[in-house]
Amino acid sequence: MDDIAILGAGMHPWGKWGRNFTEYGVKAARDALSDAEVGWDEIQFVSGANSVRCGYPGYVSGSTFANALGFTGCQLASSYAACASGATALSIARAQILAGVCDVALVVGAETTPKGFFAPNAGERHEDPDWLRFHLVGAANPTYFALYARRRMALYGDTPEDFAAVKVKNSRHGVFNPNARYTKEYDADDIANSPMVADPLRLLEICATSDGGAALVVSSLEWAASRGATDPVRVSGISTVGPTYPNSVIELPYLASDSWAAAGDETMTFKDNIAARAYEEASVSPGDLDFAEVYDLSSAYELDWYEHIGLCERGGAAALLRAGDTALGGRIPVNPSGGLGAFGEAVPAQAIAQVCELVWQLRGEAGHRQVEGARVGLSINHGMFGHGSSVICTR
Amino acid sequence: MAAVEGLFTLDADEPRLIGGRARSRGSYFFPKALAGSDPACLGDEIDEVLLSRTGRLWSFTTGEYAPPAPYVIPGDEFEPYVVAAVELAAESLVVLGQVVSGVSAKELWVGMEMVLVIDVLYSDDDHDYLVWKWAPAGQSENGEG
Repeated sequence: MDDIAILGAGMHPWGKWGRNFTEYGVKAARDALSDAEVGWDEIQFVSGANSVRCGYPGYVSGSTFANALGFTGCQLASSYAACASGATALSIARAQILAGVCDVALVVGAETTPKGFFAPNAGERHEDPDWLRFHLVGAANPTYFALYARRRMALYGDTPEDFAAVKVKNSRHGVFNPNARYTKEYDADDIANSPMVADPLRLLEICATSDGGAALVVSSLEWAASRGATDPVRVSGISTVGPTYPNSVIELPYLASDSWAAAGDETMTFKDNIAARAYEEASVSPGDLDFAEVYDLSSAYELDWYEHIGLCERGGAAALLRAGDTALGGRIPVNPSGGLGAFGEAVPAQAIAQVCELVWQLRGEAGHRQVEGARVGLSINHGMFGHGSSVICTR
Repeated sequence: MAAVEGLFTLDADEPRLIGGRARSRGSYFFPKALAGSDPACLGDEIDEVLLSRTGRLWSFTTGEYAPPAPYVIPGDEFEPYVVAAVELAAESLVVLGQVVSGVSAKELWVGMEMVLVIDVLYSDDDHDYLVWKWAPAGQSENGEG
Protein backbone atom coordinates (compact mmCIF):
# COMPACT_ATOMS: atom_id res chain seq x y z
CA MET A 1 0.00 0.00 0.00
CA ASP A 2 1.36 3.45 -0.88
CA ASP A 3 1.82 5.97 1.88
CA ILE A 4 0.18 9.35 2.20
CA ALA A 5 1.52 12.34 4.12
CA ILE A 6 0.10 13.93 7.24
CA LEU A 7 0.86 17.63 6.90
CA GLY A 8 -1.02 18.95 9.90
CA ALA A 9 -2.70 17.89 13.13
CA GLY A 10 -4.99 19.86 15.41
CA MET A 11 -7.22 19.30 18.41
CA HIS A 12 -9.73 21.08 20.58
CA PRO A 13 -8.93 20.18 24.20
CA TRP A 14 -11.06 17.39 25.69
CA GLY A 15 -13.43 18.31 28.48
CA LYS A 16 -17.08 18.61 29.35
CA TRP A 17 -17.59 21.94 27.71
CA GLY A 18 -21.22 21.49 26.71
CA ARG A 19 -20.93 23.60 23.57
CA ASN A 20 -21.90 22.84 19.96
CA PHE A 21 -19.67 20.05 18.65
CA THR A 22 -19.11 22.05 15.45
CA GLU A 23 -17.05 24.55 17.43
CA TYR A 24 -14.63 21.84 18.52
CA GLY A 25 -14.28 20.50 14.99
CA VAL A 26 -13.69 23.93 13.51
CA LYS A 27 -11.05 24.77 16.12
CA ALA A 28 -9.28 21.46 15.47
CA ALA A 29 -9.51 21.94 11.68
CA ARG A 30 -8.13 25.47 11.81
CA ASP A 31 -5.23 24.30 13.96
CA ALA A 32 -4.51 21.41 11.60
CA LEU A 33 -4.59 23.73 8.57
CA SER A 34 -2.33 26.22 10.28
CA ASP A 35 0.04 23.42 11.34
CA ALA A 36 0.12 22.21 7.71
CA GLU A 37 0.47 25.73 6.30
CA VAL A 38 -2.38 24.86 3.97
CA GLY A 39 -5.25 27.24 3.24
CA TRP A 40 -8.84 26.08 3.74
CA ASP A 41 -9.52 27.09 0.14
CA GLU A 42 -6.86 24.58 -0.99
CA ILE A 43 -8.64 21.60 0.64
CA GLN A 44 -10.20 19.46 -2.09
CA PHE A 45 -11.98 16.89 0.07
CA VAL A 46 -13.44 16.88 3.59
CA SER A 47 -13.90 13.53 5.30
CA GLY A 48 -16.05 13.92 8.39
CA ALA A 49 -16.39 11.39 11.24
CA ASN A 50 -20.00 11.49 12.37
CA SER A 51 -21.57 11.96 15.76
CA VAL A 52 -24.87 10.27 16.62
CA ARG A 53 -25.37 12.39 19.74
CA CYS A 54 -25.60 15.87 18.22
CA GLY A 55 -28.68 15.70 16.00
CA TYR A 56 -28.79 15.73 12.23
CA PRO A 57 -25.70 17.94 11.79
CA GLY A 58 -23.74 15.12 13.40
CA TYR A 59 -24.94 12.62 10.77
CA VAL A 60 -23.63 14.81 7.95
CA SER A 61 -20.44 15.94 9.62
CA GLY A 62 -18.52 16.48 6.38
CA SER A 63 -21.05 19.04 5.30
CA THR A 64 -21.47 20.49 8.79
CA PHE A 65 -17.77 21.20 9.21
CA ALA A 66 -17.36 22.42 5.61
CA ASN A 67 -20.27 24.80 6.12
CA ALA A 68 -18.78 26.12 9.36
CA LEU A 69 -15.41 26.66 7.67
CA GLY A 70 -17.10 28.18 4.58
CA PHE A 71 -18.49 26.23 1.63
CA THR A 72 -15.92 26.19 -1.16
CA GLY A 73 -17.49 23.53 -3.38
CA CYS A 74 -15.00 20.86 -2.36
CA GLN A 75 -16.02 17.20 -2.20
CA LEU A 76 -17.45 15.84 1.04
CA ALA A 77 -17.96 12.54 2.82
CA SER A 78 -19.51 11.71 6.19
CA SER A 79 -19.03 8.36 7.85
CA TYR A 80 -19.97 6.58 11.05
CA ALA A 81 -18.32 3.48 12.52
CA ALA A 82 -18.78 4.14 16.27
CA CYS A 83 -15.38 4.53 17.93
CA ALA A 84 -13.71 3.59 14.64
CA SER A 85 -15.30 6.55 12.79
CA GLY A 86 -12.13 8.61 12.72
CA ALA A 87 -10.04 5.83 11.20
CA THR A 88 -12.78 5.17 8.68
CA ALA A 89 -12.83 8.85 7.72
CA LEU A 90 -9.03 8.77 7.34
CA SER A 91 -9.20 5.62 5.23
CA ILE A 92 -11.69 7.29 2.87
CA ALA A 93 -9.41 10.30 2.50
CA ARG A 94 -6.47 8.00 1.80
CA ALA A 95 -8.44 6.13 -0.85
CA GLN A 96 -9.44 9.38 -2.55
CA ILE A 97 -5.83 10.57 -2.54
CA LEU A 98 -4.33 7.29 -3.77
CA ALA A 99 -7.01 7.04 -6.46
CA GLY A 100 -6.03 10.49 -7.68
CA VAL A 101 -9.44 11.96 -6.94
CA CYS A 102 -7.87 14.63 -4.77
CA ASP A 103 -4.41 15.74 -3.65
CA VAL A 104 -5.11 17.17 -0.21
CA ALA A 105 -7.89 16.47 2.26
CA LEU A 106 -9.14 17.44 5.72
CA VAL A 107 -10.21 14.68 8.13
CA VAL A 108 -12.22 15.93 11.10
CA GLY A 109 -14.41 14.62 13.90
CA ALA A 110 -15.95 16.16 17.02
CA GLU A 111 -18.59 15.41 19.62
CA THR A 112 -20.52 16.83 22.53
CA THR A 113 -21.45 14.00 24.92
CA PRO A 114 -24.16 13.67 27.55
CA LYS A 115 -23.24 12.83 31.14
CA GLY A 116 -23.04 9.23 32.33
CA PHE A 117 -23.34 5.87 30.61
CA PHE A 118 -23.75 5.81 26.84
CA ALA A 119 -27.32 4.63 26.21
CA PRO A 120 -28.95 3.12 23.13
CA ASN A 121 -31.23 5.08 20.84
CA ALA A 122 -34.79 5.60 22.05
CA GLY A 123 -37.53 3.18 20.98
CA GLU A 124 -38.21 -0.51 21.52
CA ARG A 125 -36.25 -2.78 19.16
CA HIS A 126 -36.30 -6.46 20.02
CA GLU A 127 -33.81 -7.37 17.29
CA ASP A 128 -31.24 -4.70 18.14
CA PRO A 129 -28.52 -6.27 20.32
CA ASP A 130 -27.73 -2.83 21.72
CA TRP A 131 -31.30 -2.47 22.98
CA LEU A 132 -31.53 -6.05 24.25
CA ARG A 133 -28.35 -5.95 26.33
CA PHE A 134 -29.55 -2.93 28.27
CA HIS A 135 -33.13 -4.08 28.66
CA LEU A 136 -32.61 -7.75 29.51
CA VAL A 137 -29.24 -7.78 31.26
CA GLY A 138 -28.49 -4.20 32.29
CA ALA A 139 -25.17 -4.62 30.52
CA ALA A 140 -23.73 -1.13 30.07
CA ASN A 141 -20.33 -0.72 28.39
CA PRO A 142 -18.36 -1.14 31.67
CA THR A 143 -20.05 -4.53 32.13
CA TYR A 144 -18.13 -5.86 29.13
CA PHE A 145 -14.85 -4.20 30.17
CA ALA A 146 -15.19 -5.79 33.60
CA LEU A 147 -15.93 -9.25 32.17
CA TYR A 148 -12.66 -9.03 30.22
CA ALA A 149 -10.81 -7.82 33.32
CA ARG A 150 -12.13 -10.66 35.48
CA ARG A 151 -11.25 -13.11 32.75
CA ARG A 152 -7.65 -11.85 32.82
CA MET A 153 -7.53 -12.38 36.56
CA ALA A 154 -8.79 -15.96 36.18
CA LEU A 155 -6.62 -16.94 33.21
CA TYR A 156 -3.40 -15.03 33.81
CA GLY A 157 -3.34 -14.10 37.47
CA ASP A 158 -3.60 -10.36 36.81
CA THR A 159 -4.67 -8.42 39.88
CA PRO A 160 -6.78 -5.32 40.53
CA GLU A 161 -3.49 -3.67 41.51
CA ASP A 162 -2.16 -4.32 37.99
CA PHE A 163 -5.24 -2.66 36.52
CA ALA A 164 -4.85 0.33 38.81
CA ALA A 165 -1.18 0.58 37.78
CA VAL A 166 -2.29 1.15 34.17
CA LYS A 167 -4.34 4.14 35.25
CA VAL A 168 -1.50 5.47 37.39
CA LYS A 169 0.89 5.19 34.43
CA ASN A 170 -1.45 6.90 31.99
CA SER A 171 -2.27 9.68 34.43
CA ARG A 172 1.47 10.40 34.69
CA HIS A 173 1.60 10.71 30.90
CA GLY A 174 -1.54 12.84 30.72
CA VAL A 175 -0.07 15.44 33.06
CA PHE A 176 2.07 16.56 30.12
CA ASN A 177 -0.72 16.77 27.56
CA PRO A 178 -2.37 20.18 27.13
CA ASN A 179 -5.29 18.59 25.25
CA ALA A 180 -6.11 16.04 27.98
CA ARG A 181 -9.20 16.46 30.14
CA TYR A 182 -7.69 14.94 33.29
CA THR A 183 -4.19 16.15 34.14
CA LYS A 184 -4.08 15.03 37.76
CA GLU A 185 -1.52 12.39 38.62
CA TYR A 186 -3.30 9.57 40.44
CA ASP A 187 -1.74 7.03 42.75
CA ALA A 188 -2.90 3.52 43.62
CA ASP A 189 -4.75 4.73 46.73
CA ASP A 190 -6.80 7.23 44.71
CA ILE A 191 -7.98 4.38 42.52
CA ALA A 192 -8.60 1.93 45.35
CA ASN A 193 -10.68 4.60 47.08
CA SER A 194 -12.84 5.40 44.05
CA PRO A 195 -16.25 3.69 43.91
CA MET A 196 -16.60 0.22 42.43
CA VAL A 197 -18.59 0.44 39.18
CA ALA A 198 -18.30 -3.05 37.69
CA ASP A 199 -16.24 -5.40 39.83
CA PRO A 200 -13.19 -5.43 39.55
CA LEU A 201 -13.18 -2.02 37.86
CA ARG A 202 -13.50 1.22 39.80
CA LEU A 203 -14.69 4.61 38.66
CA LEU A 204 -11.20 5.99 37.97
CA GLU A 205 -10.43 2.97 35.77
CA ILE A 206 -13.34 3.43 33.40
CA CYS A 207 -13.19 5.82 30.48
CA ALA A 208 -15.38 8.91 30.86
CA THR A 209 -17.45 10.43 28.06
CA SER A 210 -15.98 13.71 26.88
CA ASP A 211 -16.36 16.60 24.48
CA GLY A 212 -13.55 17.14 22.01
CA GLY A 213 -12.49 17.58 18.42
CA ALA A 214 -9.54 16.45 16.29
CA ALA A 215 -8.43 17.02 12.70
CA LEU A 216 -5.72 16.06 10.23
CA VAL A 217 -4.60 17.55 6.93
CA VAL A 218 -3.41 14.74 4.64
CA SER A 219 -2.07 14.69 1.10
CA SER A 220 -0.27 12.65 -1.50
CA LEU A 221 3.50 12.46 -1.01
CA GLU A 222 3.92 14.37 -4.29
CA TRP A 223 1.69 17.20 -3.18
CA ALA A 224 3.50 17.30 0.16
CA ALA A 225 6.86 17.51 -1.60
CA SER A 226 5.54 20.33 -3.79
CA ARG A 227 4.93 22.24 -0.55
CA GLY A 228 8.43 21.55 0.69
CA ALA A 229 7.44 18.68 3.01
CA THR A 230 10.04 16.14 1.92
CA ASP A 231 10.10 14.17 5.19
CA PRO A 232 6.52 14.25 6.44
CA VAL A 233 4.92 11.83 8.88
CA ARG A 234 3.41 9.14 6.68
CA VAL A 235 0.32 7.01 7.03
CA SER A 236 1.75 3.58 6.20
CA GLY A 237 -1.13 1.34 7.15
CA ILE A 238 -4.81 1.64 8.02
CA SER A 239 -6.92 -1.27 9.19
CA THR A 240 -10.70 -1.05 9.10
CA VAL A 241 -11.36 -4.81 9.16
CA GLY A 242 -14.39 -6.40 10.72
CA PRO A 243 -14.28 -9.61 12.75
CA THR A 244 -13.46 -12.98 11.24
CA TYR A 245 -15.88 -15.72 12.30
CA PRO A 246 -15.75 -17.22 14.89
CA ASN A 247 -14.80 -14.58 17.43
CA SER A 248 -14.97 -16.38 20.76
CA VAL A 249 -14.84 -13.16 22.79
CA ILE A 250 -18.21 -11.70 23.63
CA GLU A 251 -18.14 -8.23 22.06
CA LEU A 252 -20.13 -5.10 22.68
CA PRO A 253 -23.14 -4.98 22.31
CA TYR A 254 -23.95 -8.68 21.81
CA LEU A 255 -25.65 -11.09 24.21
CA ALA A 256 -23.49 -14.01 23.08
CA SER A 257 -20.14 -14.72 21.45
CA ASP A 258 -19.84 -16.47 18.13
CA SER A 259 -20.03 -20.26 18.31
CA TRP A 260 -16.84 -22.12 17.48
CA ALA A 261 -18.70 -25.45 17.34
CA ALA A 262 -18.32 -25.82 13.59
CA ALA A 263 -15.34 -23.62 12.79
CA GLY A 264 -13.07 -24.92 15.53
CA ASP A 265 -11.52 -22.99 18.38
CA GLU A 266 -10.53 -19.44 17.62
CA THR A 267 -6.99 -18.85 16.52
CA MET A 268 -7.26 -15.09 16.26
CA THR A 269 -9.77 -12.84 17.95
CA PHE A 270 -11.22 -9.73 16.31
CA LYS A 271 -8.75 -7.47 18.05
CA ASP A 272 -5.78 -9.56 16.88
CA ASN A 273 -7.07 -9.23 13.34
CA ILE A 274 -7.29 -5.46 13.53
CA ALA A 275 -3.59 -5.09 14.29
CA ALA A 276 -2.53 -7.84 11.87
CA ARG A 277 -4.00 -5.98 8.92
CA ALA A 278 -2.34 -2.69 9.85
CA TYR A 279 1.05 -4.41 10.23
CA GLU A 280 0.61 -6.11 6.88
CA GLU A 281 -0.23 -2.90 5.05
CA ALA A 282 2.63 -1.01 6.64
CA SER A 283 5.12 -3.88 6.22
CA VAL A 284 6.22 -3.53 9.81
CA SER A 285 6.12 -5.95 12.74
CA PRO A 286 5.43 -5.44 16.45
CA GLY A 287 9.16 -5.34 17.10
CA ASP A 288 9.46 -2.25 14.91
CA LEU A 289 7.10 -0.17 17.05
CA ASP A 290 8.52 2.64 19.14
CA PHE A 291 5.23 3.35 20.92
CA ALA A 292 1.49 2.71 20.66
CA GLU A 293 -1.75 4.52 21.37
CA VAL A 294 -4.34 1.92 22.38
CA TYR A 295 -7.97 2.24 23.38
CA ASP A 296 -7.95 1.96 27.16
CA LEU A 297 -11.71 1.98 27.61
CA SER A 298 -10.78 0.57 30.99
CA SER A 299 -7.45 0.21 32.74
CA ALA A 300 -7.50 -3.57 32.28
CA TYR A 301 -8.44 -3.27 28.63
CA GLU A 302 -5.08 -1.65 27.90
CA LEU A 303 -3.44 -4.94 28.90
CA ASP A 304 -5.57 -6.85 26.39
CA TRP A 305 -4.24 -4.57 23.67
CA TYR A 306 -0.58 -5.32 24.51
CA GLU A 307 -1.33 -8.88 23.48
CA HIS A 308 -3.53 -8.03 20.49
CA ILE A 309 -0.85 -5.81 18.97
CA GLY A 310 1.86 -8.38 19.60
CA LEU A 311 3.95 -6.68 22.29
CA CYS A 312 3.88 -10.00 24.17
CA GLU A 313 2.22 -13.40 24.17
CA ARG A 314 -1.28 -13.82 25.56
CA GLY A 315 -1.13 -13.47 29.31
CA GLY A 316 2.16 -11.58 29.28
CA ALA A 317 0.83 -8.03 29.46
CA ALA A 318 0.94 -7.53 33.21
CA ALA A 319 4.61 -8.54 33.26
CA LEU A 320 5.39 -5.82 30.69
CA LEU A 321 3.49 -3.30 32.77
CA ARG A 322 5.15 -4.32 36.03
CA ALA A 323 8.59 -4.06 34.40
CA GLY A 324 7.84 -0.48 33.39
CA ASP A 325 8.26 -1.35 29.71
CA THR A 326 5.08 0.48 28.67
CA ALA A 327 5.67 3.67 30.67
CA LEU A 328 7.39 6.70 29.19
CA GLY A 329 11.08 5.95 29.27
CA GLY A 330 10.38 2.23 28.99
CA ARG A 331 11.09 -0.10 26.10
CA ILE A 332 7.76 0.43 24.32
CA PRO A 333 5.67 3.26 25.82
CA VAL A 334 1.92 2.76 25.50
CA ASN A 335 -0.44 5.71 25.57
CA PRO A 336 2.16 8.45 25.94
CA SER A 337 -0.75 10.87 25.33
CA GLY A 338 -2.37 9.69 28.55
CA GLY A 339 -4.86 7.61 26.59
CA LEU A 340 -8.57 7.51 27.25
CA GLY A 341 -7.81 7.48 30.95
CA ALA A 342 -6.64 11.09 30.61
CA PHE A 343 -9.01 12.11 27.82
CA GLY A 344 -12.32 10.31 28.20
CA GLU A 345 -13.97 9.39 24.96
CA ALA A 346 -15.27 11.78 22.31
CA VAL A 347 -16.29 9.03 19.92
CA PRO A 348 -15.84 10.39 16.38
CA ALA A 349 -12.80 12.44 17.36
CA GLN A 350 -10.97 9.78 19.33
CA ALA A 351 -9.33 7.73 16.57
CA ILE A 352 -8.24 11.00 14.93
CA ALA A 353 -6.83 12.23 18.24
CA GLN A 354 -4.82 9.02 18.50
CA VAL A 355 -3.28 9.79 15.10
CA CYS A 356 -2.58 13.39 16.18
CA GLU A 357 -0.45 11.93 18.98
CA LEU A 358 1.36 9.71 16.46
CA VAL A 359 2.14 12.81 14.41
CA TRP A 360 3.49 14.85 17.30
CA GLN A 361 5.55 11.95 18.61
CA LEU A 362 7.06 11.17 15.19
CA ARG A 363 7.93 14.83 14.67
CA GLY A 364 9.56 15.00 18.09
CA GLU A 365 7.09 17.70 19.18
CA ALA A 366 5.51 15.93 22.15
CA GLY A 367 7.38 17.87 24.85
CA HIS A 368 7.68 16.14 28.21
CA ARG A 369 5.78 13.11 26.95
CA GLN A 370 8.12 12.60 23.99
CA VAL A 371 9.18 9.04 23.16
CA GLU A 372 12.83 9.54 22.24
CA GLY A 373 13.71 8.77 18.65
CA ALA A 374 10.22 7.57 17.70
CA ARG A 375 10.01 6.49 14.05
CA VAL A 376 7.09 4.03 14.02
CA GLY A 377 3.85 4.37 15.98
CA LEU A 378 0.59 2.45 16.00
CA SER A 379 -2.88 3.48 17.10
CA ILE A 380 -5.67 0.97 17.60
CA ASN A 381 -9.28 0.79 18.68
CA HIS A 382 -12.57 -0.71 17.59
CA GLY A 383 -16.11 0.47 17.04
CA MET A 384 -19.04 -1.30 18.66
CA PHE A 385 -20.67 -4.03 16.52
CA GLY A 386 -17.33 -4.79 14.86
CA HIS A 387 -15.51 -1.91 13.16
CA GLY A 388 -11.76 -2.30 13.40
CA SER A 389 -9.54 0.76 13.55
CA SER A 390 -5.78 0.87 13.48
CA VAL A 391 -3.32 3.31 11.93
CA ILE A 392 0.43 2.91 11.61
CA CYS A 393 2.45 6.05 11.02
CA THR A 394 6.12 6.17 10.15
CA ARG A 395 8.76 8.71 9.52
CA MET B 1 -44.87 -13.00 30.47
CA ALA B 2 -41.49 -12.89 28.74
CA ALA B 3 -39.88 -9.44 28.75
CA VAL B 4 -39.03 -10.13 25.10
CA GLU B 5 -40.70 -12.98 23.19
CA GLY B 6 -38.80 -15.64 21.32
CA LEU B 7 -35.48 -15.69 23.17
CA PHE B 8 -36.23 -18.30 25.84
CA THR B 9 -38.86 -20.81 26.89
CA LEU B 10 -40.97 -20.33 30.00
CA ASP B 11 -40.84 -24.02 30.91
CA ALA B 12 -40.98 -23.91 34.71
CA ASP B 13 -38.79 -26.97 35.25
CA GLU B 14 -36.40 -26.85 32.32
CA PRO B 15 -36.22 -23.31 30.91
CA ARG B 16 -33.94 -22.96 27.89
CA LEU B 17 -32.59 -20.26 25.62
CA ILE B 18 -33.89 -20.39 22.05
CA GLY B 19 -31.09 -20.19 19.54
CA GLY B 20 -30.42 -21.03 15.95
CA ARG B 21 -28.35 -23.83 14.42
CA ALA B 22 -27.17 -23.98 10.83
CA ARG B 23 -28.49 -27.32 9.56
CA SER B 24 -25.47 -28.39 7.47
CA ARG B 25 -22.68 -26.39 9.01
CA GLY B 26 -23.61 -26.90 12.67
CA SER B 27 -22.86 -23.39 13.96
CA TYR B 28 -25.05 -22.03 16.76
CA PHE B 29 -26.38 -18.52 17.21
CA PHE B 30 -28.02 -16.60 20.00
CA PRO B 31 -30.38 -14.98 19.41
CA LYS B 32 -31.40 -16.87 16.31
CA ALA B 33 -31.93 -13.57 14.50
CA LEU B 34 -28.15 -13.10 14.43
CA ALA B 35 -27.64 -16.22 12.30
CA GLY B 36 -25.56 -15.30 9.30
CA SER B 37 -22.37 -14.16 11.01
CA ASP B 38 -20.75 -17.47 10.00
CA PRO B 39 -19.92 -17.00 6.30
CA ALA B 40 -19.97 -20.78 5.83
CA CYS B 41 -23.71 -20.72 6.63
CA LEU B 42 -24.63 -18.81 3.49
CA GLY B 43 -27.71 -20.50 2.10
CA ASP B 44 -27.89 -22.95 5.01
CA GLU B 45 -31.21 -23.53 6.75
CA ILE B 46 -31.22 -22.13 10.28
CA ASP B 47 -33.22 -24.35 12.64
CA GLU B 48 -34.59 -23.14 15.92
CA VAL B 49 -32.94 -25.09 18.74
CA LEU B 50 -32.98 -25.04 22.53
CA LEU B 51 -29.51 -24.35 23.94
CA SER B 52 -27.92 -26.26 26.82
CA ARG B 53 -29.27 -25.27 30.19
CA THR B 54 -25.95 -25.49 32.02
CA GLY B 55 -22.47 -24.19 31.35
CA ARG B 56 -19.24 -23.00 32.96
CA LEU B 57 -18.78 -19.46 34.22
CA TRP B 58 -16.57 -17.65 31.67
CA SER B 59 -16.47 -14.40 33.61
CA PHE B 60 -18.67 -12.25 35.85
CA THR B 61 -19.03 -8.71 37.13
CA THR B 62 -21.42 -6.43 38.97
CA GLY B 63 -23.60 -3.50 38.05
CA GLU B 64 -23.17 -1.12 40.96
CA TYR B 65 -24.92 1.83 39.31
CA ALA B 66 -28.28 1.97 37.58
CA PRO B 67 -27.87 1.59 33.82
CA PRO B 68 -29.92 3.84 31.55
CA ALA B 69 -33.20 2.92 29.86
CA PRO B 70 -34.28 0.61 28.37
CA TYR B 71 -33.15 -1.08 31.59
CA VAL B 72 -36.14 -0.99 33.95
CA ILE B 73 -35.28 -0.72 37.61
CA PRO B 74 -37.27 -3.41 39.41
CA GLY B 75 -38.90 -2.15 42.60
CA ASP B 76 -38.64 1.32 44.09
CA GLU B 77 -34.91 1.60 44.43
CA PHE B 78 -32.00 0.42 42.32
CA GLU B 79 -30.24 -2.62 43.73
CA PRO B 80 -26.81 -3.64 42.41
CA TYR B 81 -26.83 -6.88 40.46
CA VAL B 82 -24.39 -9.48 39.20
CA VAL B 83 -23.83 -10.30 35.51
CA ALA B 84 -22.45 -13.63 34.32
CA ALA B 85 -21.02 -14.78 31.00
CA VAL B 86 -21.47 -18.53 30.75
CA GLU B 87 -19.79 -20.86 28.24
CA LEU B 88 -22.06 -23.60 26.88
CA ALA B 89 -19.92 -26.59 25.98
CA ALA B 90 -22.04 -28.26 23.31
CA GLU B 91 -22.76 -25.03 21.45
CA SER B 92 -19.26 -23.57 22.03
CA LEU B 93 -20.47 -20.10 22.77
CA VAL B 94 -20.67 -17.68 25.69
CA VAL B 95 -23.99 -16.14 26.77
CA LEU B 96 -24.62 -13.16 29.06
CA GLY B 97 -27.29 -12.92 31.69
CA GLN B 98 -27.93 -11.51 35.12
CA VAL B 99 -27.30 -13.75 38.09
CA VAL B 100 -30.30 -14.45 40.32
CA SER B 101 -30.59 -11.99 43.18
CA GLY B 102 -29.24 -13.17 46.50
CA VAL B 103 -26.03 -14.47 44.95
CA SER B 104 -23.04 -12.18 45.49
CA ALA B 105 -20.04 -11.92 43.18
CA LYS B 106 -17.93 -13.19 46.08
CA GLU B 107 -19.64 -16.57 45.77
CA LEU B 108 -18.67 -16.97 42.11
CA TRP B 109 -15.51 -18.20 40.43
CA VAL B 110 -14.55 -18.60 36.80
CA GLY B 111 -15.14 -22.20 35.75
CA MET B 112 -17.98 -23.00 38.17
CA GLU B 113 -21.10 -24.64 36.81
CA MET B 114 -24.09 -22.40 36.24
CA VAL B 115 -27.66 -23.23 35.37
CA LEU B 116 -30.31 -21.24 33.53
CA VAL B 117 -33.43 -20.24 35.43
CA ILE B 118 -36.37 -17.96 34.74
CA ASP B 119 -36.73 -14.98 37.04
CA VAL B 120 -38.55 -11.65 37.23
CA LEU B 121 -36.79 -8.82 35.42
CA TYR B 122 -39.32 -6.17 36.55
CA SER B 123 -43.04 -5.90 37.22
CA ASP B 124 -45.88 -3.49 36.66
CA ASP B 125 -49.48 -3.54 37.88
CA ASP B 126 -50.49 -6.14 35.31
CA HIS B 127 -47.54 -8.45 34.79
CA ASP B 128 -44.27 -9.87 35.94
CA TYR B 129 -41.84 -9.51 33.03
CA LEU B 130 -39.62 -12.57 32.96
CA VAL B 131 -36.09 -13.12 31.72
CA TRP B 132 -33.44 -15.83 31.86
CA LYS B 133 -30.85 -15.56 34.61
CA TRP B 134 -27.93 -17.68 35.72
CA ALA B 135 -27.70 -19.40 39.07
CA PRO B 136 -24.88 -21.44 40.56
CA ALA B 137 -25.74 -25.07 39.82
CA GLY B 138 -27.30 -26.57 42.91
CA GLN B 139 -28.91 -23.26 43.83
CA SER B 140 -31.38 -23.15 40.99
CA GLU B 141 -34.24 -23.12 43.47
CA ASN B 142 -33.34 -19.45 44.00
CA GLY B 143 -34.90 -18.68 40.66
CA GLU B 144 -38.63 -18.35 40.37
CA GLY B 145 -40.07 -20.69 37.79
